[in-house]
Amino acid sequence: MSAHVTSPEPAPAGTADTSRPVLSVRDLRVWYGTPRGPVRAVDSVDFDVRPGETLGLVGESGCGKSTLGRGVLGLAPEGAAVDGEVNFRGTNLVSLSKKQLQELRGPELGLIFQEPMTRLNPLMRISEHFAETLKTHEPGLTKDQVRERALEALRGMGIPPSRYHNYPHEFSGGMRQRIMIALALVLRPAFVVADEPTTALDVLVEAQIIRILADLRRNFDTALVLITHNLGIVAEACDRVAVMYAGRIVEQGDAREVFARPQHPYTQELLRSTISLSTTGLHYIPGAPPDLVEPPTGCRFHPRCPKAMKVCAAVEPPDVLLNSGSTSACWHQAQNIAGAIPPEHATDGREPLALAEEISVADEA
Amino acid sequence: MPTKPDTAAASTARDGAEAGEPLIEIEDLKVHFGLGGGGLSRLTGRGAGTVKAVDGVDLTLRKGEVLGLVGESGSGKTTLGRTLLGLNRPTGGHIRYRGLDLAGLSERRMRPMRRELQMVFQDPHASLNPVMDIRTAVGHPLEIHGLAASEEERDAKVVEALERVGLHPAEQFLDKYPSDLSGGQKQRAVLARAIIADPRLLVADEPISMLDMSVRAKILQLMLDLRDDLGLTFVYVTHDLASAKYFCDRIAIMYLGRIVELGTTDEVFAEPRHPYTRALLAAIPEPDPERAVTRNLPRGEVPDAARPPAGCSFHPRCAAALSACGWEARDLRTYLERRWLTLEPDDWARERDLLGDLTGLDTPGLLEAVLRPGRGGTAEDVLALLERLREEDADGEAPEPFWRGVTALELRDGAVRLAFAEPADPRLLPVAGAGTTVACHLHDPARSAAVPPQTPASA
Repeated sequence: MSAHVTSPEPAPAGTADTSRPVLSVRDLRVWYGTPRGPVRAVDSVDFDVRPGETLGLVGESGCGKSTLGRGVLGLAPEGAAVDGEVNFRGTNLVSLSKKQLQELRGPELGLIFQEPMTRLNPLMRISEHFAETLKTHEPGLTKDQVRERALEALRGMGIPPSRYHNYPHEFSGGMRQRIMIALALVLRPAFVVADEPTTALDVLVEAQIIRILADLRRNFDTALVLITHNLGIVAEACDRVAVMYAGRIVEQGDAREVFARPQHPYTQELLRSTISLSTTGLHYIPGAPPDLVEPPTGCRFHPRCPKAMKVCAAVEPPDVLLNSGSTSACWHQAQNIAGAIPPEHATDGREPLALAEEISVADEA
Repeated sequence: MPTKPDTAAASTARDGAEAGEPLIEIEDLKVHFGLGGGGLSRLTGRGAGTVKAVDGVDLTLRKGEVLGLVGESGSGKTTLGRTLLGLNRPTGGHIRYRGLDLAGLSERRMRPMRRELQMVFQDPHASLNPVMDIRTAVGHPLEIHGLAASEEERDAKVVEALERVGLHPAEQFLDKYPSDLSGGQKQRAVLARAIIADPRLLVADEPISMLDMSVRAKILQLMLDLRDDLGLTFVYVTHDLASAKYFCDRIAIMYLGRIVELGTTDEVFAEPRHPYTRALLAAIPEPDPERAVTRNLPRGEVPDAARPPAGCSFHPRCAAALSACGWEARDLRTYLERRWLTLEPDDWARERDLLGDLTGLDTPGLLEAVLRPGRGGTAEDVLALLERLREEDADGEAPEPFWRGVTALELRDGAVRLAFAEPADPRLLPVAGAGTTVACHLHDPARSAAVPPQTPASA
């Protein structure tokens, strides 16, 4: 599947330990059975996350980003099938039993949910939440140690120690989300998935959470996967970004690089259609994301792609490692690799694809 | 295509906008909600209180303009939008529309008005009845207002409205149910229903926030087209400043039930005046890697709307607040708690023991705070601590505004007493040399001789 143009730079000597991925995902697939056939929500995804690194996972709803985040932690819904490798410190999480995974979750693997309003038990004080979490995973801790650890985690999130015995309803939405983050981090997990952690929050609160997440990677060695549909958040808080479309990662690379010079047409279109403060004209992607029971042949984005070529509709593009260090799964980059285009498309494969019919509102998202 | 009976063509309506002819005039509008006191609050004897969702808003909507009501949750923007349509009952003030005061109308007399005043809600999935086909749903306003004599006439109008919002070919959508449509298509159907009875005003409450990035621009463009083609006036309720910047002619920034800044979109974004507007603008995450969100966010949290701060509601979070901005006893507790975040656990424990129980400070509106020493020391120790903090803060890089509001710090009867300056509510005043109005003492020449120099957003 991968045809690498250049080899990645060798890691500088001495940093070998921190640059080794905490989590390494290879060919991960998650699919759901439906009466119409399997929905391939995540279809052959590869990525690595290193200690202290934040990877942003972006895409439209239904692109599989949340399924991927849950799937990595072994939290795919009942009835979903998971295949591939999720290597966490030498263990393939996909092959572990429920019980073994349960033991890893918390001290090793963390999850920060969206909707902080509904995730804390309204009948339990904040102190009790922390006591329960810490006692479950580290039964040897004394009462004083629990308190010390909890207050330290809360202080890092800007929650005053004097509020330790309060109930969840006594906090604002932003504070509750910060308490949730503190609860996930108090066990010092090596890897955390944050699933749309700011979606239900206001602008100023969101900025606060982004700042906390951005600081996290500086102050801890936690590896974080941040799932969001907000490209602005990725640009602020992530080191690297993976752009998902229809169950696949179509572009992956350094966040600044990808936002400054997007290579995959989907990334380009997504950035152009985002309404930001600098928006001077409205742009949108025609059509809608495909049905994942019968995804389009070739490149899954080709029916909506303004740059589609004939080969795009016929053959799936390989991941191409670019000089910038990004990978992009697009024939515009892959066509330059000798032999990448199959012989039967060699003559006319580069011709623009004439779209059979114009995409109308009838197909829009 | 519905035609306007009284504004001959769309272009005249746009000309009217230039002339600034008022469509709706809102005067000192108040919408207060009584908090239903349950059995428990009756037992404990604590009053349930009121939430002042909208608290004294003056605003003139001009024909053909798009006015943005922008703010965070709890700012009252949605309540204000709904009240315009009589969906919430005002507890005070006036809404003048075509010689009538909508604020005093009964539901029976309000109903015909809704033909002209329509609403689009945030969640398109919840705005359409799942068991009603699109023909019936979009044609419903015609039935309610008796605007179609026959089924054929109704169908013709529905088709026209669907085509107008881009659901083309319309016949293909007539017999569909909401579940057959995507989010963007549903919002289009909702817009078709809103315009079918030929309204003059459309209140759109976060119409694109539940839609995917790639569709938002399409719906926004559609609303702009509707404004131009039908001469509609829009009230756009949102928390998203980026889309408001693109869509609105004028913007009203709301905070805790009041408008804190009002001006043309260009002016508000080019030179935000209110510290809250500045903070909001600086906090928007942008996909541009060259622009980073400020590290300098307003401290603290959005206050509880049932117990709003005295004076300017934003003062506890404002770095530039003056003495009259509304400092009170609760702010002392917030100040101390913020300080404790920076202390080592042992130091915090010592201060906590010295200061004792602070819950007495929580009552809103106390202009005097009395601190009785706890187990860990005497009133003299408490006074010494507070005096030391005041000195330290004065020497710091960013002066702590809290102390500006403290007019007395002294020993009295074995306790430490703090007194605070009399709070003053900032009124919405025009800014000299600009079209903007701002409710902030910093911009009131009578209060602040010299406005502290502040760099906008990037600060």
